[in-house]
Amino acid sequence: MLNAAGLAFVVAGSRWQQADAQVMFVFILAMAAAEVAVGLALVVQIYHRFKSLDVDAISEMRG
Amino acid sequence: MEATFYIAGGIAVISTALMLTRLNLVHALLYLIVSLLAVSVVFFTLGAPFVAALEAIVYAGAIMVLFLFVVMMLNLGRHAAETERQWLTPGIWTGPVILAGILIVEVVYLARGASAGLGTGATGPKAVGIALFGPYMIGVELASMLLLAGLVGAYHLGLRKTEKPEIQHDTATDEGRAAIGGELVLAGTDRSARTT
Repeated sequence: MLNAAGLAFVVAGSRWQQADAQVMFVFILAMAAAEVAVGLALVVQIYHRFKSLDVDAISEMRG
Repeated sequence: MEATFYIAGGIAVISTALMLTRLNLVHALLYLIVSLLAVSVVFFTLGAPFVAALEAIVYAGAIMVLFLFVVMMLNLGRHAAETERQWLTPGIWTGPVILAGILIVEVVYLARGASAGLGTGATGPKAVGIALFGPYMIGVELASMLLLAGLVGAYHLGLRKTEKPEIQHDTATDEGRAAIGGELVLAGTDRSARTT
């Protein structure tokens, strides 16, 4: 999804011949990298704690 | 020149559709890598060679490699030996190789002299660099702070804690909740401290 948004930005920047779109894509890329790092750390924690990645198996909320 | 755009776009769509329908997780990740490389070629045809290189290096080369690390490390869902035997068959490579081969042909054709940017000119790295150091400097600083936060967060979340006795909160068990009687603020303290 982030890649698709970045693609839309770059296409718009190519249309109007401005470098701002590529700057936005660089920021999107940095954000995606940070998000992936944190998200994968969470996934690893869930796996070590619950021994499975099935979302239904790790549901502990009542109701 | 426009043909390369359409071919690369088609490859991106096809490989993404294939990725969504794969049962094996590693197959899906390989198709996602092909999709990202196809989008990189699309960026090149649009006249953005800097983000084309960035997409290939950072997105397909670092972020997807992170995904593959985690998948391979956790050995998701199956026994290790059986998984290895299934992963190392030559058959899993045919799909991504065919799609990536088309992309390679395109990149060679583009590198041999076709001008980047569908005839409208390219905004190269120099313009991006000037924009980053000029009007968007605050964004660069914010992005660096975000990356620092991501680094610290990922480090903290990835820590394997040693075995410590878990502190049971009073609301965790039914007996505890009955003993509190709804006094969540004073839970765990000396009950005689209540003044009412």
